[in-house]
Amino acid sequence: MKQTIRFKLNGDPIQIEVEPHLTLLEVLRNELELTGTKEGCGMGECGACTVLINGRAVNSCLFPIMETDGKNVITIEGLADVDGNLHPIQRSFIENGAVQCGFCTSGMILSAKALLDENPKPTEEEIRTAISGNLCRCTGYLQIIEAIKEVNKNS
Amino acid sequence: MKKFDYLKPNTLEEALSLLNQYGDRAKMIAGGTDAIVMNRQKKISPDVFISLRGIPGLDQIEFNGIFKIGALVTHRTIEQSELIRKRFPILAGASSVLGSVQVRNVATIGGNLCTASPSAETSPSLLVYEAEAHLVSQNGERRLSLESFFVGPGENALDKKEILKGILLPSPPPNSVGAYLKLGRRKSVDLSVVNVAVLLTLDPKTGICERARIALGAVAPTPLRAKETEKILEGNLLDDGIIRKAGDCAKQECSPITDIRGSAEYRREMAGVLVEKGIRQSLVNHSRIV
Repeated sequence: MKQTIRFKLNGDPIQIEVEPHLTLLEVLRNELELTGTKEGCGMGECGACTVLINGRAVNSCLFPIMETDGKNVITIEGLADVDGNLHPIQRSFIENGAVQCGFCTSGMILSAKALLDENPKPTEEEIRTAISGNLCRCTGYLQIIEAIKEVNKNS
Repeated sequence: MKKFDYLKPNTLEEALSLLNQYGDRAKMIAGGTDAIVMNRQKKISPDVFISLRGIPGLDQIEFNGIFKIGALVTHRTIEQSELIRKRFPILAGASSVLGSVQVRNVATIGGNLCTASPSAETSPSLLVYEAEAHLVSQNGERRLSLESFFVGPGENALDKKEILKGILLPSPPPNSVGAYLKLGRRKSVDLSVVNVAVLLTLDPKTGICERARIALGAVAPTPLRAKETEKILEGNLLDDGIIRKAGDCAKQECSPITDIRGSAEYRREMAGVLVEKGIRQSLVNHSRIV
């Protein structure tokens, strides 16, 4: 039986009716049509489905939708501002050639955001740890690390 | 995937009553990083998941003469807790290498123990600290040593109507040092091929090992204490000869299997190597009191 849940999605409060057995990823992609969040392994190992819940990076493929009630969820669609200007992390990924096929990019950027919000000038080791749960099938890790390093370089 | 209901009680009493009501049709869920995967793989197929995440207090770390870590405390919280890092650094070290940041942000210590994987990340460290499981049911509470909590691969000592409420950790003796070592196939997001925790209490004047606790993971049906190895160390000065003897003994104390992550022979050999390395690393940490 469908149940009603309320949460904040990319800044906006929403209320939806959901089947309780679904994951946050399934609801984001199939019901809310936010397909920027990707499904890779479906087992919490690849990080393609990473979103932020209350500011923390989480695998949405393992997150029961019912646990989203009352939470603050940020997906890749919530990063650009209302005028469509890209987030500094998104710009840095483009400028540093950190996007190849793009499948890992949403998750990588959200893992980077969780890190930088907590620690604006991380060491390379801290960056590597923060994205260790995000696999890039094109293996473009060096550019990704470089892009994350560059975000707050001049601030 | 089979449909299920998802219940989120607000109190432990309510959770226990739901567990009583649904019995085998229900499965408890904490962070869900194991439960959701097992459900998808059809290893479990409950009609109802009973979530413990809505119960206040289960996600707290407390100290009242004994340290209590609530079952719902996440590995990220343990990894970042100043208190745990200072008092139980071997546990903080183990939690910090479990899965990825995304997994650590939701996976809980209680969930890790209840899944009862022989390779569970936090089990060896909790065994060397002589942790106890705090179990509750509608009939009351009981405390069980963690050694007795692990029954077999994927099996724990929880009664059908019991819930793991938390972990109780006695403070280690003064002058204790230790290490947690994990051998994986890659640096992160991997299960252990072998994992080892070492906790040594050394006489500050003589350096003689007064008390030793060694625990091994992924080399037997359950995580285990290597008690014969401990005996070799206790009462002795930890020189090269004793350390090698301890490593050899640890190899004999395990009963590993061959699987996708490593052969039984490799695991046995590496258990010995890791025990030796763990002892040496603990001695280097000597100035850092646990």
